[in-house]
Amino acid sequence: MSKKPVIEANALDLTFETNDGPVQALKGVDLAIEKGEFVSFIGPSGCGKTTFLRCIAGLEKPTGGSLTVNGMTPDEARKERAYGYVFQAAGLYPWRTIAGNVRLPLEIMGYPKSEHAERVEKVLSLVDLEGFGKKFPWQLSGGMQQRASIARALAFDADILLMDEPFGALDEIVRDHLNEQLLELWARTEKTIAFVTHSIPEAVYLSTKIVVMSPRPGRITDIIDSPLPKERPLDIRDTKEFLDVAHRVREGLREGHSYD
Amino acid sequence: MKSIVPILTVVAAIVVIWYGAAVWMNSQWALDQAGRAEVELSFGELVTDTLSQERPRLPAPHQVVAELWDSTVGKSITSKRSLVFHGWITLSATLLGFAFGTGMGILLAVGIVHSRAMDMGVMPWAIASQTIPILAIAPMIIVVLSSLGVTGIIPKAIISAYLSFFPVVVGMVKGLRSPAHMDLDLMHTYSASRNQTFWKLRMPASMPYLFASLKVGIAAALVGTIVGELPTGAIRGLGARMLSGSYYGQTVQIWSALIAAAILAALLVGIIGIIQRNTLKRMGMAQ
Repeated sequence: MSKKPVIEANALDLTFETNDGPVQALKGVDLAIEKGEFVSFIGPSGCGKTTFLRCIAGLEKPTGGSLTVNGMTPDEARKERAYGYVFQAAGLYPWRTIAGNVRLPLEIMGYPKSEHAERVEKVLSLVDLEGFGKKFPWQLSGGMQQRASIARALAFDADILLMDEPFGALDEIVRDHLNEQLLELWARTEKTIAFVTHSIPEAVYLSTKIVVMSPRPGRITDIIDSPLPKERPLDIRDTKEFLDVAHRVREGLREGHSYD
Repeated sequence: MKSIVPILTVVAAIVVIWYGAAVWMNSQWALDQAGRAEVELSFGELVTDTLSQERPRLPAPHQVVAELWDSTVGKSITSKRSLVFHGWITLSATLLGFAFGTGMGILLAVGIVHSRAMDMGVMPWAIASQTIPILAIAPMIIVVLSSLGVTGIIPKAIISAYLSFFPVVVGMVKGLRSPAHMDLDLMHTYSASRNQTFWKLRMPASMPYLFASLKVGIAAALVGTIVGELPTGAIRGLGARMLSGSYYGQTVQIWSALIAAAILAALLVGIIGIIQRNTLKRMGMAQ
């Protein structure tokens, strides 16, 4: 396995110019994400975890340091369709059916029409939404809408999935279920996933690597390689290994807070 | 059909007030006439007279209805006395002006949304254009255009477009800007072009706003056409009917043209409402 990281950040800085003066959103972020990893970013609001994800997607421009995605700049990587992005809200277009929403990136990226139906069907079954293609978004529950938005990010051949608190607005039961499904999907598709969350159990349950961040300025305080096995039933959350990792994450978060 | 009761209640109230006002406003003339003829009018005779004068100050509802009936159903539609004939003259200019105004409104809105220079440069003028009284500018448009050899339906349609483009600009600018940041970011992650973002996101998102604007716009277009017919000595159209009615003191004719215009406006707005419902339903955006 060649060990060229999929995503690599070196001394990454990002400063926003606001009316109240500059705000340092990211400071000296060093991180390497290998192919096939599931990396969670956790930290209190304002720690820059979403900003970092947006930098990877080329939605924000870093003001210092370097950031490469598949060895390219984020903008180049975006044009190469390197990643799919899942937002906090499902953000489905209400005038398109579920299938129409999943088809949207295919239309924009110019995939041949003959492939559309097949791809849509394939990713809808990946997220357990077979048969819902003809429904409109408002006819689906919040969890199903979020699954449809994941399908939309999977419809084209991106190796990287960037997820910004995708389950943050859902209740815990739905969330558990989607977490389980996400792990399954990750195992089946072998994508590299960068996942922003503010839930410790979610981060520990999902990730092979947990990045703990703290605010003012946004920076990484701890990077934990998870000792948990790849195969993870929900009740793994009661094991000692799981609780140990969760404890370390919590310690890391507390350390960040004592800063101010 | 729960809404029918309140509607009928309001209509009944209007009719009652209208009859009362007709008796009150027309009684002076009836009393003068009686005075000259040196006869005493009983209250019953007075009421009967006020509701059946030939040139009342305020015609009674049944007189207007009779005139409406007579000048629509009772006349051949090619006759110069037919309201259908005049209505069609007005309607055709209205539709042309509305189409023109809507097209221009949408184009301006697209420009305003995509170009900062247009945003700064066009919007103030669009607003200023609506502060000029249309009654003042309408004769000028007609005179200028006729000196250029443009007469007939076009000058009226331009005045109608002048009134109807504005709500479309305002509504469409808001509609084209209605997509949330996240929706736009999504397009950005796909490296979508401006064109794709426009056709796949901004345009569909603006549809509810467009229809709301079109309803205001078509009513404004009708007003614009009638105003275009009023000060110009036009001999055809609902505006001309009102004008000639006022020359000859034919209040019944004025009122029936007025009611005909109101019915026409209601029909046009209603038709747009139906198109709106069907379109948004097909788009999955109906509630």
